[in-house]
Amino acid sequence: MAADKVVRVANGQGFWGDSVDAPVRLIEEGPLDYLTLDYLAEVTMSIMQKLHRRDPSKGYATDFIELIRRTLPSLRKKGVKVIANAGGVNPDACRAALLEVAREQGARGLKIGSVTGDDILGRLDELIDAGVPLANLDDERPLAEIRDRVLSANVYVGSFPVADALRQGADIVVTGRSTDPGLVLSPLIAEFGWGEKDLNLLAAGTVAGHIIECGAQCTGGNFSRWWEVKGWDRIGYPVVHCSPDGSFVVTKHEGTGGMVTLDTVGEQLVYEMGDPSGYITPDCVVDFTSIRLEQQDRDRVRVHGVEGRDATDSYKVSISYLEGYKASGQLTVSGPDALAKAKICAEALWGRLAFAGVRFEDTVTEFVGANTCHGEMIEVPENLGEVVLRVGVKDADRAKVDRFGKELAPLVTSGPPGVTGFAGGRPKATEVLGYWPALLPKQHVTTHVDVEEVS
Amino acid sequence: MRTLPLYAMAHARSGDKGDGSNVGVLAYDDAAYAILCEFLTPARVKEHFAGIVVGEVDRFEMPNLKALNFLLHDSLGGSGSASLKTDAQGKTHAMALLRIRVEVPDDYEPPTVGTRGATAPGGEL
Repeated sequence: MAADKVVRVANGQGFWGDSVDAPVRLIEEGPLDYLTLDYLAEVTMSIMQKLHRRDPSKGYATDFIELIRRTLPSLRKKGVKVIANAGGVNPDACRAALLEVAREQGARGLKIGSVTGDDILGRLDELIDAGVPLANLDDERPLAEIRDRVLSANVYVGSFPVADALRQGADIVVTGRSTDPGLVLSPLIAEFGWGEKDLNLLAAGTVAGHIIECGAQCTGGNFSRWWEVKGWDRIGYPVVHCSPDGSFVVTKHEGTGGMVTLDTVGEQLVYEMGDPSGYITPDCVVDFTSIRLEQQDRDRVRVHGVEGRDATDSYKVSISYLEGYKASGQLTVSGPDALAKAKICAEALWGRLAFAGVRFEDTVTEFVGANTCHGEMIEVPENLGEVVLRVGVKDADRAKVDRFGKELAPLVTSGPPGVTGFAGGRPKATEVLGYWPALLPKQHVTTHVDVEEVS
Repeated sequence: MRTLPLYAMAHARSGDKGDGSNVGVLAYDDAAYAILCEFLTPARVKEHFAGIVVGEVDRFEMPNLKALNFLLHDSLGGSGSASLKTDAQGKTHAMALLRIRVEVPDDYEPPTVGTRGATAPGGEL
């Protein structure tokens, strides 16, 4: 392999619900080898499980199928491969749906791979019986406490199975619960032949993934000096140009908006960071205090020097469970005396519910516009022109939560004057999904890779 | 003692981390990093977030990025999905920390890049 070989990997979906056009623009507007897409948040898997229970052929991110339907001709023309954790709790069904789209479009020879083995929902009792406590990482409670309310349980699997699928010629690979940075690391493993003991290289690829996994957050999005960012409407999503020695350049397609600087990349490096010297992934442990950044050119930041250590002997498990129900709603209160009137509305609402005998496990009362976000740090401006009253409740009893939803609208006619903005109907109870992180020794997990060709 | 808003000396980003949030603060130069290592103690950060951070504050140093990473435990009103708060993911905690006033030596001159974020309505830093 040539030392100057460069593999270009982009991220076009930072979370489920990110821009639908970003992946298309990444394919169309510049050079690319791999497009990665992250569709899974921690609570997404429980939604997927619910869909799967209703219909065994479902349980994956259908948005992804639509994206492939829309972009397959240009992906094929430009030779761009796609890696997505769109498989949810049913990667094989996701692969089958993709094969169907590919057949419809006559994409003969296209290979689609899936990685499974991350879903341990059906094995929980077997694992507990085998002596694996799956205790909560935050407070060490045993899983038994919430066992009957568990909705999904998935292992964050490593990057090597995806790399295997790519080596078998897959043009599109779908996974279930893989790590976000692993989506970027896996093509580098496949292209550069990195092994499980190439820890600095695996760490470098993980850092590349960490930087781009939230889409435009490294290209000007969410940047502290927002006033310097230009072209918000055409903001470029990130591309990393990776070299076999582990170094890489963070950039974006030419002509797109946003910016890639030491500071936009630096901010993303610390995003959702715990102990920076021990960033744990299934593939390795990364030391983020080893990272070196260098502005190479406009919108090009070179990253090098990354150091990694041996992976731990456990996988992280993400378990979701039903914790109860919640609802929230809001009213807009105009001035004069907006805040005083909003407070009367809140007192009336909670008083009426108490009078009706309804109490909740948890409630929130916020006056949006009067320091909801930053609390006591700053003084509330006097004579606010208007304020939004936002109230919410949480309880195990769904009926109580729905009862709360009926108490908001009456305030428009039975509270102080100038109250409006009750739109969208009564707030409805929605499920509160608890998140239960745990560890599982690696010997309990086997991943499977299947690659199928379109005939 | 002379003070400056942190926004004049550093930039920051925050997000959720378990039942809490993290705020990464990146200093603009070595002088600012040295001042912040001294001044931005976990106790000061916890005090600044009074009413928001219920748990403890941990601090980690990243000299390679001239950065300090703070973990704000129990700062979301329940874990992300269970929280009823508007900012259930701590997205605004970085901006909140950039509001803190930092004691600086008289001869410290902040870079001009962060001035806009640090300037109060009256035009004073």
